[in-house]
Amino acid sequence: MLQNFKQSLLASVWFVFLTFPLMAVRVNTTDQIVTWRLMNLVWVAIGSFVLSYVWRFMLERQKTRKKVDEEGGDTRSKLQILLEDMSFRYKAMGVLLVLALVFPLVFDTYQSNIMISALIYVVLGLGLNISVGLAGLLDLGYVAFFGVGAYTFALLNHHFDLGFWMTLPIGGIIGCLFGVVLGFPILRLRGDYLAIVTLGFGMIFKVVMENWDSLSFGPSGIANIDKPGLFGMDMNLAGSTIYIYYIMIALVIFTILITNRLKNSRIGRAWIALREDEIACVAMGIDMARTKLSAYALGAFWAGMVGVLFASKTTFINPASFTFMESAIILSIVVLGGMGSILGVILGAFILILLPEYLRAFSEYRMLAFGAAMVIMMIFRPQGIISGLRQKYEYKGTKDLTNNG
Amino acid sequence: MAEKKHKLLEVKGLTMDFGGLRAVDSVTLEVHEGEIAALIGPNGAGKTTFFNCVTGIYNPTKGDILLHPKGLETRRLNGLKPNKVTEMGLARTFQNIRLFSDMTVLENVMIGRHCRTKSGIFRSIVRGKSVREEEQFIVESSYQLLEKVGLQDFANEFSKNLPYGAQRRLEIARAMATEPFLLLLDEPAAGMNPQETSDLDQLICKISEEEEIAILLIEHDMKLVMNISNPIYVMEYGKKIAEGSPQEIKDNPKVIEAYLGEETDA
Repeated sequence: MLQNFKQSLLASVWFVFLTFPLMAVRVNTTDQIVTWRLMNLVWVAIGSFVLSYVWRFMLERQKTRKKVDEEGGDTRSKLQILLEDMSFRYKAMGVLLVLALVFPLVFDTYQSNIMISALIYVVLGLGLNISVGLAGLLDLGYVAFFGVGAYTFALLNHHFDLGFWMTLPIGGIIGCLFGVVLGFPILRLRGDYLAIVTLGFGMIFKVVMENWDSLSFGPSGIANIDKPGLFGMDMNLAGSTIYIYYIMIALVIFTILITNRLKNSRIGRAWIALREDEIACVAMGIDMARTKLSAYALGAFWAGMVGVLFASKTTFINPASFTFMESAIILSIVVLGGMGSILGVILGAFILILLPEYLRAFSEYRMLAFGAAMVIMMIFRPQGIISGLRQKYEYKGTKDLTNNG
Repeated sequence: MAEKKHKLLEVKGLTMDFGGLRAVDSVTLEVHEGEIAALIGPNGAGKTTFFNCVTGIYNPTKGDILLHPKGLETRRLNGLKPNKVTEMGLARTFQNIRLFSDMTVLENVMIGRHCRTKSGIFRSIVRGKSVREEEQFIVESSYQLLEKVGLQDFANEFSKNLPYGAQRRLEIARAMATEPFLLLLDEPAAGMNPQETSDLDQLICKISEEEEIAILLIEHDMKLVMNISNPIYVMEYGKKIAEGSPQEIKDNPKVIEAYLGEETDA
């Protein structure tokens, strides 16, 4: 304790010394005046002291946690224990649902729009969670499937005048097909190689869309895409935003429901086993090709669906919306939230999408904060905010049991 | 006696080359119903490569691997994928433990049930009555397997937190969950203390008798091998150099020279 205090004090003195020329002295060359800004030094001292102390405190906490883990103790955080309580979970879900439903009625169109884009990333995160979080197939080109969905709607709408509701499932299915087609060549790859190949796919999609003018209208994109219709009703901007918001909420609930069921099914277990150990997985009679393809295709399905909604919401798309940066953000959502955990991914999406929106004042430092947050996260909580909860199974043994978990 | 029994696995002239290296050199081996056969040999003799060929992880260069399931037609295993081999009733464990470490003990065994159950993606999403019943069947039967190997108290632990000996037993339970008629154990006693080894000894005999599963095992623990297995096959530098009952192997000068060396009192 005292040791930490001393160390932090030392660090802060050192920092004051290092930043002295930068922070305290300002030379005005035109007037030939030197201004001494000593107050700045105080702030540097306080800031570096607090940061250093927190850093040390967290490191120590992590060490004790590791020790408990080695002794086979309980390392779950308080939040995690609370989440495993089913009655609490149902109550929390109810409250969240009500909050989600009244949100657009309470806040204005601007807020609803931000919320819609956060929800889009929730679905994208949940989709990527299937291939990365559950099946362990690192995918750096996920945004390509999102783009496939968006372009599917834009083109079908432009050429054949197909509506939103008609195209929503088509977008999902086409995303799925692309997932299978791209999945075949990567069946033999794993780890770094898989990451590089999927990165390439993401790049190829963007380049093709930029250059295939006759199909995609090139970099100028496709405009005037229809908004989702409601029995042919005409809606003003505010009305249609609220409408899209509710569609998005429904889509999110649909995604959560299905990914949750898949996760706790025979297929989901096969995915997790594939992530854990490929050779053992195959030796246990699991068809690797089919399992990998299904994970990849189902992940792509959600991206395709939500791509349709994205095109419909913005009414304009061009290849610039589907850059590697998007893939990186979606992947960060999954990793930050907790691989394999549905709740974690939702939280991750809200943190990564909403924080930058509301911290627009500090927008210059946005990427800096983003990077720092990732580094800190990986050091102190590599398993993500919420690590995957294991399902509890009910069983009746044939013998008398004193301890049945 | 042994001649009359049904032949389950028949390997004829199996050869495996890695570039210029011949890891397994025309090995012939048979496992009959109810047997506990052992494959022994010094380190690097090609025993594990032999296992990998039989279970489909490697595709052998030459030779035949024939499986004769009781009441079914004979199948040639060469070139089949590992999951197909497992589906046919041949399960294995690994020398360096390969459990799914971030899954619970029960789930590890449940994975073994995968190839004997069939609910697909769409039925899992709908989760109808048949799927729920199948799930419950998977859970119950997996739990019963845990009871058989004595791990029922650990059902909800992560498998990485199990003691070493228990991890080995879990591997056996997981392999048994695939409903094999022939079980290949790759050094099941490696790293175990004498007490654990003797428990394992009993477990293997129990599996062989109660479940009517034939067993082929690779092992370095001579006490275990001589105790429970008959026949014994000996490999050295990829070649089979001897086969026979434990007594015959003990007295075989070739084996003593190649493997047991000075340490035996032959």
